[in-house]
Amino acid sequence: MVSRKGKTNGDAAAAAGAGTMERAVIDRDGLDALIAALQDDGYQVTGPAVRDGAIVPGRLATGADLPMGWTDSQSGGHYRLEQGDPDRMFDYVVGPQSWKASLYPAEQLLFTARRGEHGFTVDEPRIDAPRLAFFGVRPCDLAAIRTLDTVFEGGPFTDTRYQVRREGVFIVAVNCARSADTCFCASMGTGPKAAGGYDLALTEITAEGRTRFLIEAGSERARPILANLPQQPAGAKDVEAAETAVAKAAKAQTRAMVPEVEALLKRNLESPHWDQVGKRCLNCSNCTLVCPTCFCSTVEDRTSLDGHEAERRRRWDSCFTMDFSYVHGGSIRRESSSRYRQWMTHKLATWHDQFGMSGCVGCGRCIAWCPVGIDITEEARAIADSEGRK
Amino acid sequence: MDTSLAADPGPEIPPARWSGVDPMMPRPFTVKRVRKELADTFTLELEPADGGGPIRFQPGQFNMLYAYGVGEVPISISSDPDDPSVVAHTTRFVGSVTEALVHTRIGSLIGVRGPFGTHWPVEIAQGEDVAFIAGGIGLAPLRPAIYRVLSERQKYGNVVIFYGARTPEDLLFRKELQSWRSRFDINVHVTVDRATGRWNGRVGFVTQLIRGGGFDRHSSVAFICGPELMMRYSIQKLQEHGLGNDRIFISMERNMKCAVGFCGHCQLGSQFVCKDGPVYRFDNIEDYFSIWEL
Repeated sequence: MVSRKGKTNGDAAAAAGAGTMERAVIDRDGLDALIAALQDDGYQVTGPAVRDGAIVPGRLATGADLPMGWTDSQSGGHYRLEQGDPDRMFDYVVGPQSWKASLYPAEQLLFTARRGEHGFTVDEPRIDAPRLAFFGVRPCDLAAIRTLDTVFEGGPFTDTRYQVRREGVFIVAVNCARSADTCFCASMGTGPKAAGGYDLALTEITAEGRTRFLIEAGSERARPILANLPQQPAGAKDVEAAETAVAKAAKAQTRAMVPEVEALLKRNLESPHWDQVGKRCLNCSNCTLVCPTCFCSTVEDRTSLDGHEAERRRRWDSCFTMDFSYVHGGSIRRESSSRYRQWMTHKLATWHDQFGMSGCVGCGRCIAWCPVGIDITEEARAIADSEGRK
Repeated sequence: MDTSLAADPGPEIPPARWSGVDPMMPRPFTVKRVRKELADTFTLELEPADGGGPIRFQPGQFNMLYAYGVGEVPISISSDPDDPSVVAHTTRFVGSVTEALVHTRIGSLIGVRGPFGTHWPVEIAQGEDVAFIAGGIGLAPLRPAIYRVLSERQKYGNVVIFYGARTPEDLLFRKELQSWRSRFDINVHVTVDRATGRWNGRVGFVTQLIRGGGFDRHSSVAFICGPELMMRYSIQKLQEHGLGNDRIFISMERNMKCAVGFCGHCQLGSQFVCKDGPVYRFDNIEDYFSIWEL
């Protein structure tokens, strides 16, 4: 994994042993105090917010902005916010937006060029990224951030735009006490409990009819913040309640990725199943946009009307478009089946060769936001089944 | 690096390296010369305009060329790697960016990022025969490798160039081909798919030239560049001739927006052609080569 000096040292803290880990129990006032403390430290706090009928990352001014009492219903091609237990704070899971948009904006300026007497000059824009605190990062999305770190900072080239935004992001994770129908993080080994890489982790527990939160520090810089929150010591019962809650969420998952999917897909690049799924796929690119790890981009060049100024912008792109693979003479992937195969085999198989990890974190967004309900776990299973039939 | 192919399956191509500045920012270069090569092909000669050093490149590497306000395209470097004072790119004008580039005036600026990608590892063929096989504009990315071999001619065995173009009018670097052909230490074979006008040379595909040989069946190294179909059939001929896949190098072409593995457009299976390629030892991508629309 990439070394991340000066950033979240969750793994290091976890490695130091559970004995050094600080934990406590806080209630709603504690959450308010936590958000206030992060703001006092200069962080702009981004967390779950209800917008356009979905829960997406939004700016949190106070703890009162947190969406209390909501839950979600998700399945293939389906996402609805619903009223849940009015006392529960985190009973929904992931919505259409991930933290990707904060670290790697959907569109960003690469440079501005100005025409001068002798050609042109090129100016790199300064990135005025605020110090961000991500509040309520689910374990699958935490894994996705780790994945993007590897993509943009782990290779021979570093994306400085990503680096500037990522540097110093404070992460408050929330372990999942509930799974949606689309969740399959347990089979991807990314959740429903965060294994590290956070500064603080919350688990919602209900004890004696009261909703409270087990809070655990995962980094050195989180300790003073935790120490100053209104809190009670965490007892063995609280820790057990949190363990039970995430275990229940894991058990509730109805979807799972087939085992050894990397090898499975690599030996099935010419499976007839690709044609079958290619016929259902609309090539709309929704899955790539909601995916928290899809990182492909294109560039756009624009000029002012008088031609004195030009700019080059980078924006998210999708391997589902014809343009994506265009070389002189035509597109490489003309068939819908080829494009679906590219997306799925990249995510689940070749990503391992490129980055030493899976490109899928099991968040299930691609299932819920596919207009025709194509389910990546089902497609993988169908390919596995087709091998059995041979 | 191990320079012998005889002892083992042959060294891998070393990975591309980068100097450390932001790879997405172009450097300004002055257009020194625009040379029209063919009806639809031109060579752009550039030198740095920012006071910085020249681009030091290896044969087969490419640059991203930026035409102000229009866009950017990946173009192979076609000049001599041992003369970095000028860096040349030979390309056809087929899209809006290359169209803008061909119309740049001498002395005007274009943006350059690079060099990127893996290179033709000609050094590993020292002591052995070398076959260059080019189709159409594919001669341009191979030319730096030919220069490199000819600059140290005594270090190599037989050197053969097989070149095929669609018509006599599509033969690139004609004068240079003629001057190479006049040397006693290289064999240059040229063919065209369709003869026009007063062509008295060979007619047929470049793959038919390979059969003629002139290079050792087993211990040669072949460098191929051209359309994918042409490379596919050339490889077949080389295999029939007895050459192993670990002695065949090809250069792949894919859509590229960033050249540093971030945009994802150039993927070929697990490969980012921009940084893991464009030059591949064939046995490393053999499995992908036959898969439809990968």
